[in-house]
Amino acid sequence: MDSFIVISLIKVVVVFAVLLTTLAYLQWVERKVIAHIQVRPGPYRVGPHGLLQPLADVIKLITKEDLVPPYVNKPLYLAAPFLAITMALLSISVIPFGPVIQVAGYQTAMQLTDLNIGVLFVLAVSSMGVYGIALAGWSSNNKYALLGGLRSSAQMISYELPLSLTIAAPLLISNTLSLRELVEKQAGGIWHWNVLHGPFPQIFSFLIFLIAGFAETNRVPFDLPEAENELVAGFHTEYSSMKFASFFMAEYANMITVSCMATLLFLGGWVAPWPAQYGSSLVPVAIFALAGVVALYHGMHPARRRDRTSLPVFGIIFLIIAAVFLLPIVQSWLLPLFWFCAKTGSILFLYMWIRGTLPRFRYDQLMGFTWKFLFPAAVLNLLVTGLLVALVS
Amino acid sequence: MDVILFLIFAIIAVVCAINVVVQTHPISSAISLVGVMASLAVLYLLLGAEFLAAAQVIVYAGAIMVLFVFVIMLLNAGAETKKGQSSMALFLGGPLLVALLMLLAWFVQQLFPGISVHFGGFRGGSAQDVGRALFTTYLLPFEVTSILILIAILGAIVLARKEMD
Repeated sequence: MDSFIVISLIKVVVVFAVLLTTLAYLQWVERKVIAHIQVRPGPYRVGPHGLLQPLADVIKLITKEDLVPPYVNKPLYLAAPFLAITMALLSISVIPFGPVIQVAGYQTAMQLTDLNIGVLFVLAVSSMGVYGIALAGWSSNNKYALLGGLRSSAQMISYELPLSLTIAAPLLISNTLSLRELVEKQAGGIWHWNVLHGPFPQIFSFLIFLIAGFAETNRVPFDLPEAENELVAGFHTEYSSMKFASFFMAEYANMITVSCMATLLFLGGWVAPWPAQYGSSLVPVAIFALAGVVALYHGMHPARRRDRTSLPVFGIIFLIIAAVFLLPIVQSWLLPLFWFCAKTGSILFLYMWIRGTLPRFRYDQLMGFTWKFLFPAAVLNLLVTGLLVALVS
Repeated sequence: MDVILFLIFAIIAVVCAINVVVQTHPISSAISLVGVMASLAVLYLLLGAEFLAAAQVIVYAGAIMVLFVFVIMLLNAGAETKKGQSSMALFLGGPLLVALLMLLAWFVQQLFPGISVHFGGFRGGSAQDVGRALFTTYLLPFEVTSILILIAILGAIVLARKEMD
């Protein structure tokens, strides 16, 4: 019992430290990706390749003056950012990152807690997150903030329907609500993942889930609640300093949650695309070794003067990581973690790619799209899936 | 441990419920109601009905109350002013409330004599059990309820249509 508490505490600390660091660096990655799409270098000044930029941003945000406008509804104004960030960070506690592993004689799952209603827990927590945004918009007593809050609540209510319906379809195939069992049912290779698995491949479900997920997290092209050319900054117009930062962090944490859920529901979680005996355990080694060699090559022929030292260092770090993946001791937990992060990271990259590509929707287009197209498509998908599952079993 | 958690969340539920009535602003009342729903969900969880707890949060706190808050924000309803409090309510309210609670306690005692609560002892709260119960034992009430909801939706559309024309 005591060892259970100690292990749980260690896991909580590790998961939240990693999550908060990821949140800070996701922002850096996004700025870099957008910058490269727009053919410019992006953050470059603070640290090598701007790697210390997140740290500088955090210091800036903490030390800014914390303004509370005199006309706000104070209790709700103060509660709103707290609510948003709490609900956003809470759902990570049921996400499994890997299988059950042995560490120093103790057996533990790479997950904070395995609820038998894990999927519903994530849905419940994310549906409570709407309050943070709606209340922030209302309590600010500012018409732009109110408009942003209204748009956001309307959008989140509307897109939650197709989102929940598409979650139901892979659950019919896997026949469980526990996220861990969901992944275990998809083990064995890419053709067992729910996105390709019979009796009805969930490819439509996956696409609708991604689109609705973009809208749920208020991301481009559905970022109407914070459309800066119409609404100043939307629901967080009146917030400054760490209160503003918590909305920002909540948005990125929700992005991570949606990507994790897409990975777990459709892409097989931490399962490798093909079994290890056909060499899937060598994929991370190959990727990191290639990245290391490319970085070393560019270090030899630097485009900028600063790259002459930074790129070879990156290259050597990548080569070391590639070597670590070959060690048999760490492979049991590092490989599942790699596949989970690779799948989640690909979806996160998709978020940034789309932000750099698509313009914003008009508001009537946004609402028409979900009610007239996404929702009927999700219902149809669920009906076909249910019918086929019933026929096959 | 379970009893302490039960007491904490029962007290939160009751305080929030009183707050729903006491608050003058509709938004504050709505938020207090969300508090009631959430603490009720925790009570379900303590009893071992985890599916019901999740459904409570998703449906009531996450969907219905969000719509309430949305409508209140859309209409921009202001705070209500208190006026015309009758002195009868002050004198009779307290004793009547106590009488009602005692009556309720007596009925519960009469209807379920000698049943004690086991925290987490309830088996059959999983999604499978709830689904099976809904589609076998309670199939008729379930279907009748769904038709009732359909009628309500149609009624809402008809009424809204009349306004538009």
